Parts: sequence; C-alpha cells; structure tokens
Amino acid sequence: MDLTLKIWRQNGPQEKGEMKTYPISGVEEDMSFLEMLDFLNDKLINEGIEPVVFDHDCREGICGMCSLFINGEAHGPGRKVTTCQLHMREFKSGDTIYIEPFRAKAFPIIKDLMVDRSAFDRIQRAGGYISVNTSGNTIDANAIPVPKENADKAFDAATCIGCGACVATCKNSSAMLFASAKISQFSLLPQGQPEAKERVLNMVHQMDLEGFGNCTNTGACEVECPKGISLENIARMNRDYLFASLSSNK
Amino acid sequence: MALDSKVPAGAIADKWTKHKGEIPLVSPANKRLLDIIVVGTGLAGSSAAASLAEMGYNVKAFCFQDSPRRAHSIAAQGGINAAKNYQNDGDSVYRLFYDTIKGGDYRSREGNVHRLAEVSRNIIDQCVAQGVPFARDYGGLLDNRSFGGVQVSRTFYAKGQTGQQLLLGAYSALNRQIAKGRVKMYARHEMQELVVVDGKARGIIAKNLVTGEFERHSAHAVLLCTGGYGNVFFLSTNAMGSNVTAAWKAHRKGAYMANPCFTQIHPTCIPVSGENQSKLTLMSESLRNDGRIWVPAKKEDAEAIRAGKLHPNDIAEADRDYYLERRYPAFGNLVPRDVASRAAKERCDAGYGVNKTGEAVYLDFAAAIMRFGEEEVHVKGLKNPSTAEIKALGEKVVESKYGNLFQMYEKITASNPYKEPMMIYPAVHYTMGGLWVDYNLMTTIPGCFALGEANFSDHGANRLGASALMQGLADGYFVAPYTVGEFLSTDIRSGKIPTDSPEFEAAEQAVRERTEKFINNNGTKSVDFFHKRLGKIMWNEVGMARSEKGLKQAIADIQALREEFYADVRVLGSANGMNPELDKAGRVADLIELGELMAKDALERNESCGGHFREEYQSPEGEALRDDENFAFVSAWEFTGVPAEAQLHKEELTFENVELKTRSYK
Amino acid sequence: MATTSKGLFGSSLARKYWMAISGLFLCTFLVGHLLGNLQLFVSGEEGKLAFNEYGHFMTTFPVVKILSWVTYGAIFLHTVDGIMLALQNRAARPEGYVKEKQSANASWASRKMALLGTLTLFFIVVHMKSFWYEMHYGELGLDANGNKDLWSLTVKAFEQWWYAAFYVIAITGLAFHLSHGAQSAFQTLGINHPKYTPIIKMTMTAFAWLIPAGFVAVAVFLYVVQPGQNL
Ligand SMILES: Cc1cc2nc3c(=O)[nH]c(=O)nc-3n(C[C@H](O)[C@H](O)[C@H](O)COP(=O)(O)OP(=O)(O)OC[C@H]3O[C@@H](n4cnc5c(N)ncnc54)[C@H](O)[C@@H]3O)c2cc1C
Ligand code: HEM
Ligand code: SF4
Ligand code: FES
Repeated sequence: MDLTLKIWRQNGPQEKGEMKTYPISGVEEDMSFLEMLDFLNDKLINEGIEPVVFDHDCREGICGMCSLFINGEAHGPGRKVTTCQLHMREFKSGDTIYIEPFRAKAFPIIKDLMVDRSAFDRIQRAGGYISVNTSGNTIDANAIPVPKENADKAFDAATCIGCGACVATCKNSSAMLFASAKISQFSLLPQGQPEAKERVLNMVHQMDLEGFGNCTNTGACEVECPKGISLENIARMNRDYLFASLSSNK
Repeated sequence: MALDSKVPAGAIADKWTKHKGEIPLVSPANKRLLDIIVVGTGLAGSSAAASLAEMGYNVKAFCFQDSPRRAHSIAAQGGINAAKNYQNDGDSVYRLFYDTIKGGDYRSREGNVHRLAEVSRNIIDQCVAQGVPFARDYGGLLDNRSFGGVQVSRTFYAKGQTGQQLLLGAYSALNRQIAKGRVKMYARHEMQELVVVDGKARGIIAKNLVTGEFERHSAHAVLLCTGGYGNVFFLSTNAMGSNVTAAWKAHRKGAYMANPCFTQIHPTCIPVSGENQSKLTLMSESLRNDGRIWVPAKKEDAEAIRAGKLHPNDIAEADRDYYLERRYPAFGNLVPRDVASRAAKERCDAGYGVNKTGEAVYLDFAAAIMRFGEEEVHVKGLKNPSTAEIKALGEKVVESKYGNLFQMYEKITASNPYKEPMMIYPAVHYTMGGLWVDYNLMTTIPGCFALGEANFSDHGANRLGASALMQGLADGYFVAPYTVGEFLSTDIRSGKIPTDSPEFEAAEQAVRERTEKFINNNGTKSVDFFHKRLGKIMWNEVGMARSEKGLKQAIADIQALREEFYADVRVLGSANGMNPELDKAGRVADLIELGELMAKDALERNESCGGHFREEYQSPEGEALRDDENFAFVSAWEFTGVPAEAQLHKEELTFENVELKTRSYK
Repeated sequence: MATTSKGLFGSSLARKYWMAISGLFLCTFLVGHLLGNLQLFVSGEEGKLAFNEYGHFMTTFPVVKILSWVTYGAIFLHTVDGIMLALQNRAARPEGYVKEKQSANASWASRKMALLGTLTLFFIVVHMKSFWYEMHYGELGLDANGNKDLWSLTVKAFEQWWYAAFYVIAITGLAFHLSHGAQSAFQTLGINHPKYTPIIKMTMTAFAWLIPAGFVAVAVFLYVVQPGQNL
C-alpha cells in the first residue's frame, strides 16, 4: 500500500522540531508498524537522509520501550496494544499517518520520536519496593497465604509496562495511572504493608516533583493503556494517600 | 592456559555449602573501598547489582535501554523452576539437578547445576518477599504448572508474564539501592570495551548513547550480565537490541567463549511472513500440551495449500501426517524442543510445509476443542448436544487456558486459531553458549565475571523450559555476591583504580577509532542489510541442521561478508548525540565475528547433541548421535586475532552423580 | 510550577481532595438552592409573599448565614484551586500535539471541566449581581409583609428572553460540569468499588442532569407564564 507519513523530526533536546512529510509505497499489510518504520528508514538511508529515531526493543508488547503517538492516539488506533503490536492492516492505502513523540514536560524529547522517561524510574525509586535484603533466608514463600483475589489484583496492577501512554494521552499529562499501578501492587499484598504509608506519600511526592499534571478523572489513560490498567488503582492510591497523610506523624 | 573449573571437592550436595563457608570475607569497612561494575540489568544484572550493593560494595550498573526494567528478561513468558515440592509430587533438588543435566544432553558441569538446583528454592522465597505476584490457588498458596521434559510440577508462574514480574522484582531491589546511593545507574549507556590492567578486569569504556560521549569507568571487578546473542541469526525471539558486544569485547581481551554453537531453536514460533520481518514471536511451549502438530500427508495437498487452493480444515484425517506422534509415540507432541524443531524442519524441507514460504507446520486445536467440549457436556449433563454446541464449549475451555496466546497470534497473523489451525515454525530463542566461567562464575580474565545467559554454565547443549530465569536469579542473588567477594578479598589494598592509565587511554582510543570509521565510511548499504545477510547464512548453515560442507561454506561466506561490511556499510548522522544506526553498526560488527566462531565451533564438534545437530551424526531414523567418548567436554575458544584462528581449549566433563544415557523419546 | 509539599496541602492529590470536597459541598448547596427556587412555581400574591419571606429568612437566619459564608468559601476555594490545577496541567505539556484525537478516549465534559467551570463562575458572578447584590445592597421595594421584594426582581428578570436564555445556557454548562464532576469526586476521594461504583455513577449522573433540569424548569416556567405581568 501507499502511505503519506507525517513524522516529527527533531535533532536534539534543545533543537526546534517540525513535522516532515514522507510518502512511502510498497508497505505490506503484514508488517508491524515498527517494521514499516524500519522499511522507511532503509529507504531514507539509501537516499542519504538520516533515519527516523524511535525507541523499541522487544517488539512484542512487553518491554514498554515503543512509544509513538499515531494519528492522535498513544500507540495508535488499536486497543490494548503497544505500538510494536500494531499492524499495517489497520490502515489502508492512501492514508496519511501522523507520527509524533509522546509529549509531556516530564518526558523531554531526546531525538525525533524518542523521549526520556526516566521520571518514571525516579518515581519508582522513591518507594516502589519492599525493603528486603537478599539474605537467602527469608521466610518460606508459602508462609503467608495471600487471598487469590488480592494476588490477582496485585498482578494486574504489576503488569504495567511503564510505557507512558497514560501520560501521553492524558490531556493533563498526568502520571497517576502509572504511579497508582505501582503503589497498588504493594498495597494489595501483605508484604507491602509495613512501608505502605511512606511509600504512597513519597511516590506521589516524587511524581509531583517531576512536573506531571493532575488527574481530572477523564479516564483516557485507562482506554489507551496497552495493559488495561484499571482506574480502580487511581482510586486506591487516592484513598491510601488520604489515610496516610491523615495518620502519618509528619 | 589450562582450564580450571575450580569446582570444590567433596560430595555433590555439600560442595556449595562448604565452598560458601570457606570463602574469605571482606570486612564492611573494606567493602566501601571496593567498586564493582555490573553491565546489564536483566534478571542476572539487577539481582547482582542489588545484592552486592546491599552487602556494602560501591556498584555502578549499566544498560543500553532507557530503564533497567526493560532488559530482555522482561519478555520471558512461561515460568521459573524451583525444587520446592509444594505439589508433593516427588520433586527434590536432586531431581531438578538430574533433569537439567539430562535435558542438556550431558554437556554441562555437574557442580554448577547442582548448586543451581539448591538455590532455586531461595529464589522463590526471595521473590515472594519482594512482592512478586506469582499465581496462587484459591487457598492463597502458590500455584505450579508443568513444563516440557520433566514429570513434576515445579514451575512457578505469573500468567504469561513471569519474566516481567521477576524482573520488576529485581528492578525494585535495584531501585532501593539506587535510592540509597549504593548503586549508581547508567541507563542508555553501552559498554563498548573492557579495560584490562595488569591482567585483571579493571573497568569499561561506556558510551553515553544520548550524548555520544565516551566515559571511562573503573572498578575492582566487572560483571557481564549482558544476555544472549540469538540475534546473530537476525530473526529470533530476542529483543531487537540484544547483542554480543560486551561479551565479545571481553572475549577479544582474553575471556574464552564456551560452546558458542549451542543454540536453542524453539519449535513453536509464529513463522516468518515476509522479507521485512524484524523479529519472531514465541508461542509458549505450553501449547504443545493440547495442540497436535501436523502437515499434509500428500505433497499435492501441501502444494495446493501453499497456492491457496485448499483449506487445511478440508483435509481428511487420513490425509494428515501427525509426524511427531508417528515418530515419537511415547512422547508425541511433547518431545523436547530440539527434537520437535528438527522434525518440523525435516517435513518442510521434504516439501510438506504449509505457508507461502513453505516453512510452517500446523498446530491444531480442533481435536482438543472437541475433547474439552465433550468433557464439558459431561460435566454439565447436557443431552444430545449438537457438534456446534460441543465446539463452542470446547473453545471456551481453550480460551481460559490459552486465551492470551491465541489473541497474540491473531493480532500478528490476522487468522483465528479457534477456527483454523495455527501455523508455527521453529525460531532461534536462546543461546546456551557464552563466556566460559569457572565455578565462581569468573571468566578467564581475573576480575571479569559473567552471569545469566551471557555465560555458558548450566544448560549444556539444550536448556529446559523455565530454567533460564532460575539461572539468572541464582547467579545474581545467590552465587556472585559470594564468589565475587572471594576475588575481591585479595584486592582490598588496591585503592581506587585510576582511569588515566595507558590501558584506559588505549581502550578509549580503540572505541573512538571504530566509531569514526563507521561514521566516515561512506558506504552504500544500511547496517540491517548486512545483519539480514548474516542471519540468512547462520540460519541456513549454522541453524537447526549443520554439516561439514555447509559450515565450511558459512565460514567463507561470513568472512566475505565481514570484509564487505567494513568496506560498504553506510552510517548516517554524527557521532555526537543519539544515533541508533551507529550503535547497531558496532553490534553487528561483533555479531559477524561471533557468527564465524559459532560455525567453527559447530564444525569442530563432530557429534550431535542437544541443539547442535550435525547431519553426519545421526541414526538411520534421523535421531541425534552423541559421542561421549570424544566430545564430553566444553569447547572454550581463545581469541588470537581473528575468529578463524581462535584456539580451542577443552574442559573435560566428568559425570559422577548421573549416568550418561542416550535420550530416547520413542 | 511543580507542587512540592507532601500531605494535605500542596500535593497534587490534596489539591484534588479539596476540589472534590468543595465540589460536593456545592452540589448540596445546589439542592438547597433548587428547593428554594421551586417556590417560584407558586404564582400570585401568595407565592410572592412566601418567596420573599423565604428570602428574608435566608439572609438573616444565623445558621443559614454561616452556611452561605461556607458556600462563598467553597466557591472561592473551588475556583482558585481549579485555576491552579488547570495552570499546572497546561504547564505539564508545553508543546502540544499536531494531531490529537481526544474524543477517542474521554468524554467531552471531562475534558472541558475548566471551561465549564469558568462559564459557571461567570454565571455565578452575573447571578449574584442580579439577585444577591440587589438583595443586600440594592434599592428593593417591600412587599405587603414588609419583606424585601425579591420575588418581583426575580420574575422580572426572567421575563426578559435574553436573561432566561443566558440562565438556561449557563445551567446547561453546569449540568455538563456535574455530569463528569459529580461522580468523579468519588473517584478523587478514593471511593471506587466494583460493586458500588456503578451505583454511584448512575446516581450522580442522574443528579447531574436532574438538578439543573429543575433550575431550567423554573426559568422556563417564569419566562412562559410571565407571573409578574399579572400583578
Ligand atoms: C520470548 C522469550 C521467552 C522466554 N521465556 C522464558 C521462560 O518462560 N522461562 C525461562 O526460564 N526463560 C525464558 N526465556 C529466556 C530468559 O528470558 C533469558 O535467558 C534471561 O532472561 C536472560 O537474562 P539475563 O539477565 O542474562 O539477560 P537480559 O535480560 O537479556 O539482560 C541483558 C542486559 O544487558 C544489557 N546489555 C547488553 N549489552 C550491553 C552493553 N554492551 N552495554 C550495556 N548494557 C548491555 C541490556 O541492557 C540488559 O539490561 C525466554 C526468552 C525469550 C526470548
Ligand atoms: C455550583 C458550582 C459548582 C459545582 C457544584 C462544582 C462541582 C464540581 C465537582 C463535583 C467537581 C469534581 C471534583 C473532582 O473531580 O474531584 C468539579 C471539578 C471542577 N470544577 Fe467545579 N463546581 C462548581 C463550580 C465551579 C467553578 C465556579 C469553577 C471555576 C472555574 C469550577 C472549576 C472546576 C474545575 C476546573 C474542575 C476540575 C478539577 C479537576 O478535576 O482537575 N467549578 N466541580
Ligand atoms: S499504566 Fe498503562 S499506559 Fe501507563 S505506563 Fe503503565 S502500561 Fe503504560
Ligand atoms: S517494543 Fe517492547 S513494548 Fe513495544
């Protein structure tokens, strides 16, 4: 099929960027979206034009590297898919496709379509862990039973791949879905209880420091999240934070 | 140099405990004076960095992705083994040890494997304490599933995302240390050279991928946890960035590469659909529990299918060849990975393949759907159900078991596996080979360690499912933290390693020159062009079936490709700043050299074992013929200038606790 | 302009709690206000006297006075907080998308809360000028019982088509504001439960449309019936 691609090109973090137009033909339906970009890049290289830079790694929807804003939606038109899982059969010949980077102040552009999402790492570092050393003599794994329902919910929250689509799609660039997924995972498990209050206070604080926006509960994040992370997690975080700040000594 | 595996003396079950007890300790005050570099933040790297930092060492960790959490371990699906015996089905440390040795076709080291089986139990405890949400049963206790090649249920899992959950656990442990300032994390950094000073690994040259700057980092020990090199085949189930560069640089500086030709080809992957395909997707091994694998029995039918004139559902039962069930009646569709893969290739090579390219076989759930449907009918007590009703019920059961995989398949292929058989084909998945390490996981360069998939240690010639995650975490949480200490205990007086020594200077210079060479090459072909060609050579001649003639041809072809690559590769853009093409060029250059060594290794090994199948060494029925008399050793290759002249060292394998037997699945 | 403090003041979550609490309080205020307005359905002298009596009570009874101050406070808090949130949200994405398809994943009202809120604020200002200001500081005649004649002021206002139209539009805006806000406040306060959330959502959506419908009904009634003409 033949397509017109409109792609954001920006040479570096401080440089000015702009949309550039690239007509492309010979795209096959079975290609994934990123393979289509590989295909474009190969052409560009042959023409002596610098290839388009974008993040990707696993190409099977699990690493969370790929991060494109396609035709006005994070990870494109599909639901519960990452960019790398999107296939060209979702488009038709003659289409114009807009390809932009995930945009947020907290996600500065590195080059073209690649952004810096290290803010997410810093939020995690602010408390997204359970303080246990690797001594090799922690208690037996089956010593504390966990109700299946809670274990399953913790798992669902933990499946967040940290892609940032929630931020990219949110009109406020809020990171609440991501942060709440992390906080929920631990708050649903008995192992997470001792540090639960500090965790939610510190992680939310870090989230604020990074310059993400605030949540208006529009629900766009849940719709665009490739892993279907539920808004319930945001409510859980809101609740935990409220109780933690009411009852903490600081 | 003679290879000393340093496996401690004594009974197999006591070796590790005794060894741990005898390792000299480093006092907390001295630990603060010691720096450790950990390259890679997959399961092996994250767990090692976190554990070493907890112990008090100063750790610097590196990964090329934008976050440590994105290492390729994240993609592992099925599960992780541990000899917990929670199911009370007779599992034990010994049984896990035995299964691993046998599964590896008797080409791994007993001492290491036994240790792995021992610490497997601690891994699960550790991960649960960290909050890893493993699957649980209704009583709230941990659930298990079974995996290929074994008769017990010892696999712990978190739906189809076990690797993700384990890695996030290790990542959280790492984060805790980063927050404490014990680990300094360098994401989007690639190690491009190992620095060896006075015979010891003392640092690395890392490239900051964002700015393009080269940085010198020194340490008293360097741990390479950089994963596998399956991408030498271009198409594999590995992530796009997986590469051999770190290990290869160490190899060039004196670390031996062990068994590089031992590659695992996974039988159930989504077949290649076109020339522009960039990677292959795994369909979990668990599908073989219920799916039946077949091709048409008549060549005309296969041809008609390929031409699009015949639909598989229209082929009569009698005209289908369930070749695994035919050849291996005892194990049927559940033969080990290497056997299943070769059988698929044999059928397709004979002209029975079923997709456009002729390289695919069917994995059919129709029978399973009917079987499950009938069970449901029975359970629900339905009277005279129609076939359609039975089918619908059966589809529900299949969905509950494999729903996410079926969905993934449909997303990629746009074909509905409930209604027509899946098409699958083997694909490169895992590399058992890697840097040679002794019992302490140290390579032949003192102070340079290798952990996880990057080393060769535990899986012999074939890895069992759910054992790589186990090994990565065992190495990182429970082995290296002790054994690295043993090495460092002699180093407490060295003081900070300076980065202005001639060795650092030379190493950085080498990296700079290479980078400039690529940027100024002004060739005509993209990096991928060469990578794809390398992949084709490797797949055709160093893939599932190898022969002397083919391997020799491959070596010649790779050498030619290498020259052409350096002469004609085109890398646009500049060296200052983000330039993925440039980084890829460096990786592909190393993969090309590695490919040649793999072919050479395969050529030297005149036997068939595990994932290594030499056409000359097979039984009349086409089964692998191992040669324990002459090849019960680890091939460890020393770099001497070019891969062609690499020198072979042998570590003889002795088996005192298991008996060498021919694997038979008939 | 990042928020930097933890706890119940300053953090992004706290800002939202205040938003939700003040918003929910204003919702209860709306109920009270509507109950008062419903008296306008009673026309004639009888209605007039009763309404003015009610007006007198509302401006003099101490408890109501306190409540009205809380209401002003809530509006102020809600407005200032809302503006600060909106500014922060804008700052969180300095460079926008060239092509953005927000309608694909979120309702219109949820995306336009600040706009709808501002419209409501504008309305409140106008509304207070027309009635509250006149009631407190204006020159209003007295009715037969000696109460200020708020009734006449009100019905006269709604006899003008443009005032009635403005009122209806503004209240519709408020309805949209509430269609998202009223149920969203529960989520903000951490109340989300698979069993109860659907009920909350239904109830609050009904609330969001029915209360404004009540206000609109009164306005339409006054415009159509024109009760002031008969006196
Ligand atoms: C699709 C798939 C499914 C799998 N499923 C299972 C399963 O169910 N069970 C199982 O046991 N195993 C499974 N495996 C195998 C298993 O996932 C891997 O073997 C294992 O995770 C490897 O872990 P690692 O820590 O050694 O390396 P990786 O996780 O690959 O990590 C490598 C790290 O090294 C870094 N790195 C590499 N080179 C450099 C460099 N030059 N400079 C800086 N950093 C560098 C990377 O950034 C990364 O952080 C699966 C593998 C695949 C591909
Ligand atoms: C009677 C009047 C009003 C009522 C009953 C009301 C009610 C509410 C409620 C219940 C919410 C939801 C809070 C949440 O999601 O947690 C809300 C949100 C909001 N209101 Fe109002 N409001 C009123 C007037 C105003 C005014 C005058 C403004 C001023 C500009 C305003 C601006 C906002 C904004 C911006 C939000 C969204 C906040 C966010 O979620 O980020 N509202 N309102
Ligand atoms: S919550 Fe969803 S959209 Fe947000 S980072 Fe996680 S996976 Fe991506
Ligand atoms: S590339 Fe890993 S999720 Fe898309």
